[in-house]
Amino acid sequence: MKQTLLLGTRKGLIVCRKKHGNWKISDLHFEGVPVSIAYADERNGTWWACLDHGHWGVKLHRSSDEGRSWSEVTAPAYPEGAEIKPGEAATTRYLWSVQHGGVHNPNRLWIGTEPGGLFRSDDGGDNFQLMETLWNYPDREKTWFGAGRDTPGVHSIFVDPRNEDRVLVGVSVAGVFETTDAGKTWVARNKGMKAEYLPDPDSEVSQDPHILVAAPTNPDVIWVQHHCGIYRSVDSGHSWQDVSDVNGIAKFGFGIAVAHDNPNQAWVAPGTSDEKRVAFGNALCICRTDDGGQSWQTFRKGLPQENCFDIVYRHALAAAGDDVVFGTTTGNFFTSNDRGESWELLSNYLPMVYSVQMI
Amino acid sequence: MPTVKFTYALRRFFPSLKDTEVNTTSLPDLLQSIDAHYPGIRSYVVDERGALRKHVLIFIDGEVINDRDNLSDAVKENSEVHIMQSLSGG
Repeated sequence: MKQTLLLGTRKGLIVCRKKHGNWKISDLHFEGVPVSIAYADERNGTWWACLDHGHWGVKLHRSSDEGRSWSEVTAPAYPEGAEIKPGEAATTRYLWSVQHGGVHNPNRLWIGTEPGGLFRSDDGGDNFQLMETLWNYPDREKTWFGAGRDTPGVHSIFVDPRNEDRVLVGVSVAGVFETTDAGKTWVARNKGMKAEYLPDPDSEVSQDPHILVAAPTNPDVIWVQHHCGIYRSVDSGHSWQDVSDVNGIAKFGFGIAVAHDNPNQAWVAPGTSDEKRVAFGNALCICRTDDGGQSWQTFRKGLPQENCFDIVYRHALAAAGDDVVFGTTTGNFFTSNDRGESWELLSNYLPMVYSVQMI
Repeated sequence: MPTVKFTYALRRFFPSLKDTEVNTTSLPDLLQSIDAHYPGIRSYVVDERGALRKHVLIFIDGEVINDRDNLSDAVKENSEVHIMQSLSGG
């Protein structure tokens, strides 16, 4: 059973521990510093903190003793000559995703960044190399747009446990891309997605997955909370089906979580819409499907139901066992121990929550 | 030799930081020199291109430098170089 939460927040890395069945805040690291992602590598217990110093740039820190001590390592950096577009040099603006490279590649680590570069380390994070072939994907400068942030960002990385050289990434206003050779070659995997904000909604690129999560028990089943709906693939991303709730509210949002034991069970945190990025109806709820997106239930018990403006960011919703947790843009943090059917408030005065991981 | 002085804000990351004399009159070399004293500090001041980070300021004898990309502003033998943060966010 997972007993620890790592929260990346606007004002530091917050650790919560479960004691006697209740989550309690236990530790704070990097006080006052924005932590875009807090990540624990389940292979070796290493904790990673992606920092976004306003003045001093993005930094990467790791800890081998659960945060008792941290050391800074060189953050992924774009090589000489890399350009966002002609004449605009690429530099690392944000670290937006971290994922270990699998048990058969114990020293491999992936990091996704803004302005759109994916990096791989093969020495446990001491050094990172830009995946040039994805960075040089045809027409990237023209078809990768960036959305809420100024430039595209790699926010999702899925490493297939059956073949660790097969990796899917999700990139904001660019789409889903797949490699089967550890990053040497890439193909777009967005068939079936609809980009309603484009002249051609069926475009193979410029799609806007907000987050991509594969089902732990069946990695062929992949869920995407997209800018224009919720998508599910049952063929490893080769095709996507829109499973949004056409008559309900499960459509627009950022986060998605998938059950550890059921590829058909997933949770989303609906916002009103693209134009109104607030909790749906100014009331907070979590929607769950148990049948692969054919139907959705809405759960509100324990969640505020008026004057509510929270959005759940893409990395801030997580599930493991019967536990589901989420943090919001206004610093609320809720936990459930019955798969989202009822909720307890952990805190309503945290900093803006960027990420949460259960370990 | 030029003396480099630092904003207090950098002491959080480099607690031993103090006024440091450097044996160069080139700003890029000056940053390499202080990085040798305080490993890693250069990456807090400039990005991987060597350009000054957006919210960092360098003053030479009280004047803000002009060339934020290549740091070509002249440093004199007896200059005081301040590395500061620009205030942002009110």
